[in-house]
Amino acid sequence: MDLLNIFREIEKIDPEVYNRLDSRRNAMKQFTNLSGKIALTALPFALGSMLNKAYGQAAGTDVKSVLSLALTLEYLEAAYYSTALAKPGLIPASGTGAITTISKHETAHVKFLQNALAGMGGFPPSPTFDFTAKGTFPAVFSDYDYFLAVSQAFEDTGVRAYKGQAPNLAGAGTVLTAALSIHSVEARHAAHIRQMRKTRGTLGATASLKPWITGKQSGIATTATDPVYAGEEVTVQAGINIAAINNMGADSASESFDEPLTGPQAVAIASLFIKA
Amino acid sequence: MKIVKPNPPKEDQEVASRIHRRNFLRYLGAGSAFLTAATLASGCHKDDDDFNMGGEGVSLGSGDIAVLNYAYALEQLEAAFYTQVVNAQFSGMTATELAYFTDIRNHEIAHREFFKAALGANAIGSLEVNFSAVDFSKRDSVLGTAKAFEDLGVSAYNGAGQYLSNTDTGKVYLGLAGKIVSVEARHAAYIRDLISNGTFAADDVVDANGLDKVRTPAEVFTIAAAFIKTKINTSTLPR
Repeated sequence: MDLLNIFREIEKIDPEVYNRLDSRRNAMKQFTNLSGKIALTALPFALGSMLNKAYGQAAGTDVKSVLSLALTLEYLEAAYYSTALAKPGLIPASGTGAITTISKHETAHVKFLQNALAGMGGFPPSPTFDFTAKGTFPAVFSDYDYFLAVSQAFEDTGVRAYKGQAPNLAGAGTVLTAALSIHSVEARHAAHIRQMRKTRGTLGATASLKPWITGKQSGIATTATDPVYAGEEVTVQAGINIAAINNMGADSASESFDEPLTGPQAVAIASLFIKA
Repeated sequence: MKIVKPNPPKEDQEVASRIHRRNFLRYLGAGSAFLTAATLASGCHKDDDDFNMGGEGVSLGSGDIAVLNYAYALEQLEAAFYTQVVNAQFSGMTATELAYFTDIRNHEIAHREFFKAALGANAIGSLEVNFSAVDFSKRDSVLGTAKAFEDLGVSAYNGAGQYLSNTDTGKVYLGLAGKIVSVEARHAAYIRDLISNGTFAADDVVDANGLDKVRTPAEVFTIAAAFIKTKINTSTLPR
């Protein structure tokens, strides 16, 4: 039976294949039993399902927890911008267009993730937020510069948080693609807010604040947002010293790659704004 | 397909040995599309040339390597473009714009050289580019092309992530691609805002769900082909 060659060939590349399938003997037994009993046309599917069991990702729990974390961050952002847009006099005419665009996207992300999670058994409700972060940013909805500074921190957090979760969605097909497509939108938002802040030149936003992140500089005159940028200063990627390429130096090297946040790091940042 | 051959020819054995064993499912997956119950049950001794998708030009390789070479090709294109932008400096380029274009050039060179080093012996060669359609002395021409390249890059990375294998190495590649794509998105936003402030995430790239555009490799190469002279064999790319 040439079918068994499949296993011999797999074994050459992955000597542990039988451990994955529980044991060589069982695998063979299972498979020869199968092939004796089922219609020939079903064989590829039977083989596929055996291998999926051996190599497929663990049930949907990973995907669900990733999307739940994402939803929490989107709840945070969506509530933040819609509250701000509703505050008379907070956002000047020059900023209304951009903030409205960003707000629209964050609200769409909430709905999108709710829909996705609804299909997996339900989604968590929105937490109650305290955007002053227990008094750290008291003027967040009364002073436009504070509002923009926290916006920047949220967007850059969003970029890093989605990035950190992407590998957990490997093999999840369309869910991964959707998460990546939200991730790059957050990066577009971040780039724009950073430019808005640079133009205003307030609260630590100097000429050196660029659409991309240099080192671990926040460009925000408080240490409270440092966790958002901690670790961004990396200049070596997969063992390759980026700063040495063309002698571009540490600044360009760190800007070239955005760094991920782990789930717990992202939760820790979001928690600052969640009412206990 | 090839894995069911009792005695794979030498070239197949080389392919197998080049593939990290954890990637083998990817390898199997690529072939299994062609598996039928009939060929399985009868064995597969006959020549498989029917299934070797043809195509001339530079081969991108297969599996994760093909996806990385795909990204490497796009980064080569972008790096070459911005190198010329910085050298030519369109008329009226401000000091800040020059500084930012220099940054972007550095980022793209970083990405290009990163992929080259990461791919090692599997890397495709240097591509010959064709920017005859771009007038590097004109702001509109440069910004329009830059916008097209950046949005294309973002959509390409967003579309390619799903093709990386669900393996330890595939996840590392996915993480690295993620580190790059958000920087491309930052570039895209900046260039768009230069063309028309406030269009950083306009409705032509972000849909009603708030999702950025996604393109398949075939769609990307259809657009990129106008700028690449070197013929690339895209037949091994996932589709």
